[in-house]
Amino acid sequence: MRALDRKLIRDLRRIWAQGLAIALVLACGLMVLVMADGTLRSLDQTLNAYYERQRFADVFASATRAPDDITPLIAGLEGVAQAETRIVGAAILDLPGMMEPASAKVISLPASGQPKLNLPLLRAGRLPDPLRPDEVLLMEPFALANGLMPGTGVDVTLNGQRRHLTVTGHVLSPEFVYSIGPGSIMPDDKHFGIIWINEASLAAATDLSGAFNDVTLALRREADPRKVIAALDHLLAPYGGTGAYARARQTSHMFLNSEMEELGTIAVSMPPIFLIVSAFLVNMVLGRLIRLERAQIGLLKAVGYSAREIGWHYLKLSIGIGVGGVVLGVASGWWAGHGMTQMYTEFFRFPWLIYVPGVRAIALAVVLGLATVVIGALRAVAASVGLPPATAMSPPAPPVFQRGWVDGFGRLARLRQTTMMILRSILRWPGRAAITFFGVAASVAVLVSCFFIFDTMDLLMDEMFVQSNRQDVTLVLNQNKGTVAATDAATLPGVRRVEGGFALPVRLIHGPVERLSTLQARENGTELTQLLDEGGKVITLPENGLILPERLAEKLGVTVGSQMQVALLAPPRETWTVSVSAVIRQSLGDEVHMSKPALFRLMRADAQVNQLNLSVDPQALPRLMATAKATPVIAGLIYWPDVKGQIDATINESLRIMTVIFSTLGMLIALGVVYNAARIQLSERAHELATLRVLGFSRGEVGYVLVGEILLLAVLAIPVGWGLGYVFARAINTGFSTDIISMPFDIRPRSFAIAAGLVLVTATGSAFWVRRRLDRVDLVSALKQKE
Amino acid sequence: MQPIMQAHAVTKVYKTGAVEVQALRGIDMSLNAGELVVLLGASGSGKSTLLNILGALDTPTSGAVQFKDHELGAMSEAQLTNFRREHVGFVFQFYNLVPALTARENVALVTEIAQNPMRPEEALERVGLGHRMHHFPAELSGGEQQRVAIARAIAKRPELLLCDEPTGALDSATGVTVLEALVEVNRDLGAATVLITHNAAIRQIAHRVIHMADGQIAREEVIANPVPPSEVSW
Repeated sequence: MRALDRKLIRDLRRIWAQGLAIALVLACGLMVLVMADGTLRSLDQTLNAYYERQRFADVFASATRAPDDITPLIAGLEGVAQAETRIVGAAILDLPGMMEPASAKVISLPASGQPKLNLPLLRAGRLPDPLRPDEVLLMEPFALANGLMPGTGVDVTLNGQRRHLTVTGHVLSPEFVYSIGPGSIMPDDKHFGIIWINEASLAAATDLSGAFNDVTLALRREADPRKVIAALDHLLAPYGGTGAYARARQTSHMFLNSEMEELGTIAVSMPPIFLIVSAFLVNMVLGRLIRLERAQIGLLKAVGYSAREIGWHYLKLSIGIGVGGVVLGVASGWWAGHGMTQMYTEFFRFPWLIYVPGVRAIALAVVLGLATVVIGALRAVAASVGLPPATAMSPPAPPVFQRGWVDGFGRLARLRQTTMMILRSILRWPGRAAITFFGVAASVAVLVSCFFIFDTMDLLMDEMFVQSNRQDVTLVLNQNKGTVAATDAATLPGVRRVEGGFALPVRLIHGPVERLSTLQARENGTELTQLLDEGGKVITLPENGLILPERLAEKLGVTVGSQMQVALLAPPRETWTVSVSAVIRQSLGDEVHMSKPALFRLMRADAQVNQLNLSVDPQALPRLMATAKATPVIAGLIYWPDVKGQIDATINESLRIMTVIFSTLGMLIALGVVYNAARIQLSERAHELATLRVLGFSRGEVGYVLVGEILLLAVLAIPVGWGLGYVFARAINTGFSTDIISMPFDIRPRSFAIAAGLVLVTATGSAFWVRRRLDRVDLVSALKQKE
Repeated sequence: MQPIMQAHAVTKVYKTGAVEVQALRGIDMSLNAGELVVLLGASGSGKSTLLNILGALDTPTSGAVQFKDHELGAMSEAQLTNFRREHVGFVFQFYNLVPALTARENVALVTEIAQNPMRPEEALERVGLGHRMHHFPAELSGGEQQRVAIARAIAKRPELLLCDEPTGALDSATGVTVLEALVEVNRDLGAATVLITHNAAIRQIAHRVIHMADGQIAREEVIANPVPPSEVSW
């Protein structure tokens, strides 16, 4: 081995702690990159393969009742490769040992057995016998959550008729990779499932013999989905078509897509913070090392090494640190990606999810990691190798300090000289101070943008379950009823208050833009469900006109006062021109609202209800549930405490894991920056600090000079970190919002305080860790070293 | 005169790896209040080691060092720090000024923590630098820097002033101004002053000269009539 390489290895060994601190920060950035990209690729590849194998449809539509005669017309539409009609219904399940009813979506299986599109994938048991009307398939997670193994029976209320059905098998479906029940935003396997049943059986139960109410299409490669959707809508309009939509608006796919977008955002936005900090750290540490080795560089040049050879030697040193960071980052990213993928397997219902970390991301991590350290080192290396040997071998000129505002300030504030040393050092080396300053700020920002999620979630939960939806139970009726239904419901066991609700599917049209949505009738003075404005106050409903959620209004391009068309997709199937009277930020759902009198005036009908919101005495809940299970008109039931519990559990699980990971990453930045800054301070000022000890300063007083500068910078950086964190959090919040969930935004003072506290503790800990070395400095020899 | 500092049978052994270096081999000496003593000897004769032990920068391997009634060996770390803070002034060959502080501030560094200091301005005027007090070390010549170091050492009104080759890095003309400053403060403040040098000419300014060789006191010499530094040349 060449002597210079031997030196390299010994140098690396000597600065291992500082090198490790840098490598850790670098590793954080690369880990996030490899993890997010690997998980994204795994999801993407799995999804594509799954969709293809199970022939996931491209277009979806529902109607009230369309005759089977039009099936050939649908199949013959230009661009359609395959069309499949089916019957979709809703059912309530009375499960043994469960007080509240579970609800399910029921989907028909063609007489041939297997559908042509959206093939359920058999996981256990067998397909139902086409000749047996009582055999069903269940969605696997729902079956497992409720212990419904193949061969067991289950009591189902289907369109008002109670039936005893036998489970023959468990399946997964590309339509329900992410399946959520009505009113929820998280999957709830215990309370919501999918049932597949023979078509004849379901047709009989729903009175749809010779007809269908749902259709899915696979399109030809060259087809224009918008044209197909328009043609399909035209065909289904007479039969109560509620508007066709493409795959992009299919619930399960939409959730998956937004999750993947979030991962993409993380992969792009997080790593640069860490990479930039690492580059500066390398610059700082290597810069110091090279200054210390100035005389050696001069010597190497004097004996005939070229500037290139010496430059390359120091670049290799930085690459050594970089290699450490890359290995740590790629390995931990690989591992974390594996963990994330497993988490997704539980959250999303894939039959398989193989972790395929992208070679591209790993290659990118290697290149970025090494480029980061090399770029960080370049300036320090260039400055040193350029010196003529004689200059390099003589000691560097002492630092020049200048008088400035700080002198006046120091006198005025009667600052101690040790404090003046701190202030002058910051002003003398502003670049180095800036690295510490922004490193700490970045650390605070990462933590704030991590903790804010809890505040926002709390706010979302509060809006959803305390402010907007205060009902305990929502009953979904299988048909529109007069308002007398609400009066009837008041007599159900334990019901304290009933408020009727009415919703109907609509198509919103503004110029060329169309959106499917649900129109909700609202009343002033309701207690159980309320619409809130931005500040969380209950909205007084405008007498006329539509209230739109912000995101929907944005997509449609309407503002308050705009006129737009509302096409009812249920009787009376009219199209109205209505003005927008308010735009609100709505946390959950994309439904639009109108005051009840205005709606029924437009419908020229008496007020009706198709859902009932109840406030219930908890004691009587079991009796209410039992009654609901046996009441034919009730098509579905939402038990709000369960919905909340499910969301809470999900938040607890996944969010906390993410928070631990990201706050560790955030604190590692502070550790890397402060540890290195303190080590450099110690190395540069050992002489000066020893002098202070000789002059009679105690260890504590000398420690103050070493640690004080760093902690002063850290304290000053905190407000900047808060500001940056606020900006990051805003961006993340926007990223989390989807068409269905519009995240409210809140950062509580507590989160700012915890972020600042954690960073200060990390910074103080790192600085004092270095300060301990001060105790080991031998005064006599430190005094003899002349810089 | 009353001795303020006494060393008895002091030895010092440095161990570096397997090598043992006997730096001091049984030193007995005492130092009287107000006395100016020159420690003279070649490199490696043990002068600096002795000075460091007297100033509590280092501890003897064996033997005792007493400051007035206090045994240094019995003092805790904090007490030793306090001993240096209140009673000892140091002047080093390479000045050891804090580059980030002006001349006045370098002196104030010490006066802020001492119990009965003089004003920094007064200390600087004593060494003839009243007009340069707002300059940073980098803006001062070597002699000026050393005089700032002397001002810093005397500002606490020390009873013991320890100078390790204070003129070692200076040319002879500049060295004279530094020695003059030292002689003046020794006379005016009455601090017992120990001055290390390997330059035999300088010994003439002292009251007493201790010749060291090979870690031992070779001989002592009393100078009946010390000469002013301006008459010394080297």
